[in-house]
Amino acid sequence: MTIQSLILLIPLLPLIGCLTAGLFGALIGRAGAHWVTILAVAGSLLLSSYVAWEVFYNDLPVLNYSVYTWAVTDGIRFEIGFLIDSLTALMMVVVTFVSLMVHIYTIGYMHDDDGYQRFFAYINLFTFAMLMLVMANNFLQLFFGWEAVGVVSYLLIGFWFKKDSAVRANLKAFLVNRVGDFGFLLGIAAVLFYMGSLDYAEVFAATPAVEGQTIAILGQMEWQVMTFICICLFIGAMGKSAQVPLHVWLPDSMEGPTPISALIHAATMVTAGIFMVARLSPMFETSVTALSFILVIGAITALFMGLVGIVQNDIKRVIAYSTLSQLGYMTVALGVSAYSAAIFHLMTHAFFKALLFLAAGSVIMALHHKQDMRQMGGLARYMPITTVTAWLGSLALIGFPFFSGFYSKDLIIEAVKLADRPGVAFATFAVYAGVFITALYSFRLLYLAFHGPTRMDEDTRSHAHESPLVVTIPLILLAIPSVLIGYFTVQPLLFGGALADAIHVREAHDVVAALADKVTSPFAFALHGFVTLVFWLAMLGVGLATYIYLFNPALAERIRQRLGLVWTILDRKYGFDELYQRVFAGGGLRIADGLSRGGDRFLIDGVIVNGTARLVGRLAGVARQIQSGFLFHYAFAMIIGLVAIVASFVLLR
Amino acid sequence: MPIIEIIFYLFSAVLIGSALSVVTVGNPVYAALFLVLSFFSAACIWLLLQAEFLAIVLVLVYVGAVMVLFLFVVMMLDVSAVRPRGGFAAYLPVGLLVMLIMAVQMFLVIWTRGLETQPMPEPRPVGYSHTSEIGRLLYTDYLYAFEIAAVILLVAIIAAIALTHRRRPGTKAQDPGQQVKVRREERVRLVKMSADGEEN
Amino acid sequence: MLTLAHFLTLGAVLFCIGVAGIFLNRKNVLILLMCIELMLLAVNMNFVAFSRFLDNYDGQVFVFFILTVAAAEAAIGLAILVVLFRNRGSIDVEDLADLKG
Repeated sequence: MTIQSLILLIPLLPLIGCLTAGLFGALIGRAGAHWVTILAVAGSLLLSSYVAWEVFYNDLPVLNYSVYTWAVTDGIRFEIGFLIDSLTALMMVVVTFVSLMVHIYTIGYMHDDDGYQRFFAYINLFTFAMLMLVMANNFLQLFFGWEAVGVVSYLLIGFWFKKDSAVRANLKAFLVNRVGDFGFLLGIAAVLFYMGSLDYAEVFAATPAVEGQTIAILGQMEWQVMTFICICLFIGAMGKSAQVPLHVWLPDSMEGPTPISALIHAATMVTAGIFMVARLSPMFETSVTALSFILVIGAITALFMGLVGIVQNDIKRVIAYSTLSQLGYMTVALGVSAYSAAIFHLMTHAFFKALLFLAAGSVIMALHHKQDMRQMGGLARYMPITTVTAWLGSLALIGFPFFSGFYSKDLIIEAVKLADRPGVAFATFAVYAGVFITALYSFRLLYLAFHGPTRMDEDTRSHAHESPLVVTIPLILLAIPSVLIGYFTVQPLLFGGALADAIHVREAHDVVAALADKVTSPFAFALHGFVTLVFWLAMLGVGLATYIYLFNPALAERIRQRLGLVWTILDRKYGFDELYQRVFAGGGLRIADGLSRGGDRFLIDGVIVNGTARLVGRLAGVARQIQSGFLFHYAFAMIIGLVAIVASFVLLR
Repeated sequence: MPIIEIIFYLFSAVLIGSALSVVTVGNPVYAALFLVLSFFSAACIWLLLQAEFLAIVLVLVYVGAVMVLFLFVVMMLDVSAVRPRGGFAAYLPVGLLVMLIMAVQMFLVIWTRGLETQPMPEPRPVGYSHTSEIGRLLYTDYLYAFEIAAVILLVAIIAAIALTHRRRPGTKAQDPGQQVKVRREERVRLVKMSADGEEN
Repeated sequence: MLTLAHFLTLGAVLFCIGVAGIFLNRKNVLILLMCIELMLLAVNMNFVAFSRFLDNYDGQVFVFFILTVAAAEAAIGLAILVVLFRNRGSIDVEDLADLKG
């Protein structure tokens, strides 16, 4: 078997699994459904690992080939093709690994759900779509994967479609993503227009020629074409990766089952935007303006979304805002051209955030789908494994030295400090403040849920117990990379040039390379981590959380009252939802209402449809007067006609 | 004036006069009879044109069949129920005006295109059969049209019967179909009787 | 001297009489049918005259067919008339205005 056919199998296995579980779910039963889908994803993981091994250790050359030509029109080829390089291989392993963990976890989490087979079919379909996205070698397939993961996300957020809030949340996710996709599509169209191709390699080759051209937007404003393209593409990423101001769908997406929160809304799909920018690094490198835009957006997201996380009480929403904040970090890294750092954080974050979500899901299961942290507390006694893994995940999240999150986050902060472009000052402040905030809300969550006095009611407490093995094993398996993967991969990924074949940074922008002498060894770097400002900011957050939530719970209430206005603003999430509701939803309604009234009911119904009928009716009313019904009148009409014809013979001979 | 022209003008006068009478006379029976006369005159003019077969057919078919049909219908319908014609004068001026315009137009067409200089051809030689000429054409070139015309006549016969036929209730006509379809149970009743002849 | 125009004129006069009959007659559908026969006769007259003057028998064959169709038309027309009279008790032209819009 050639490596090409192995690679083709990687996305096809989950597709087959999805079709089997989805179409024949009733036939193969619940166990059949999870076995088929899990084996499919496990097969994908094995093959992905093999491919990654070949890429990273056996120096497999970059594979870029077309599998199927869908259409050729006007010299533009629409193809399905794969680009296998280090970035793709890394993403494939991350996606399939987290997906497999989530599949196994789902056996426990969805145990009593009626839509068991449907759920497995969906997450398998998601795996297929995500793999198509990361393995794409052209913009069309990228867009296909992009939309396909969006569709599955929509389906899964609304998985419990009888729940009103779930249906609203999935609609919201879909609509907000449409805004981003509009920009994305414009970007792809601009790429096609200026580069004349959708193939990555051809587009990258054509990029230098386009650089420097300008385009007139909004009248006389002259923009660099590359800046325009990159910002359009990044708007797509803002939708998918939930960056301010298109972030509003992600917290609401927590209405979906927890496994998909972990898989889609933390580990994989929301990072598609980050992956896309990294994949297109040769294009983004040409526009410092676009990168600055990305930097500022990322910094805003990292800081302000973290703040909202502090005041949330729903355990999943806290993690969701944490995800937003971490996505902000990745975006900041992209903004300072530290693409490899962004991808590195993407990978570590995928593991520890999936872990945190799954741990939260384990808690939710134990408490019979209660998610309010104010009714938890002291769970450590009942759920030791969940507690330990949640601690490990949180430590990774706040960037405690030696944990994987430490390497990725610290390097992003270092990269921002070294960078030199508009917006860096604000971004530096944001990432530093973000560290403190991250630590604060992470430990607030830990203390509220797992420690301190229990606030559960008697009934809930009597049922609280550790989750079954299918749930705890994925937790443990995810905890291992959450802790260790940073230590082992930071050196090769960032400084060893493992991603060099996929990510292209201009020398002047290359902050990661400048960091190389700082990170001589992972061990020394971690030791050094203990004496940095970042570490002590995190410790400050941890300490504050410990003091308030473990020893002095009344203080939290007092602070809340003292900072009433701030607290309200945070609790309302800065009013984004209200703003969109009023301006876009309300405005849209008003416009639609006006169009319906003026355009549809008056112009089309009234004038065109009924008006035509009325006109015909009136004319017919006039015309019917001619129809007397008497034979001789008709005969007379015929004779007049005859006279006219003969007259034409006579006069026009 | 040669004899042929005298004959033509004579019959033309009769034709036009009787046609006018058809239109103007009040009684439909008279109208039908005048129509017979006009057909007869037309047949004579056709003889002048040496269309003997058609002249005979016109007399036989029209005078012998169609006009008799007309007379039948006139008599079947209660002629007295037909009111005397009225309002004739009201439409006369405009009708005559239109007629006049049309007549003038047709005369203009006929008399200005060299038709008036075309003389009568020489008479056919003795022994020439006009009927066989028509027959030859009908059974060769126009065979299909001829057969279709026959079908049209058949359809007309059936249609005329179907339209006018009505089933009167209470007649004692037999329906052989019904008679054949009869079953024993509808005709025979078995009665059990005791041997001494008394019904039990 | 008789020319083609004489015969055509005779046909035209007959045709005009027929048309005038249709148009002037307000009372009796039977007369309408007779007028139609007159108009057909006028047309036939033209056919026969042209056939003779052009020495072409096709025109006479056409007359033959017209006679056939006219006979069929007369039969059906009279049948309709009978049914009409049976249903309405009248064959007045002015009573037949069901087509009035």
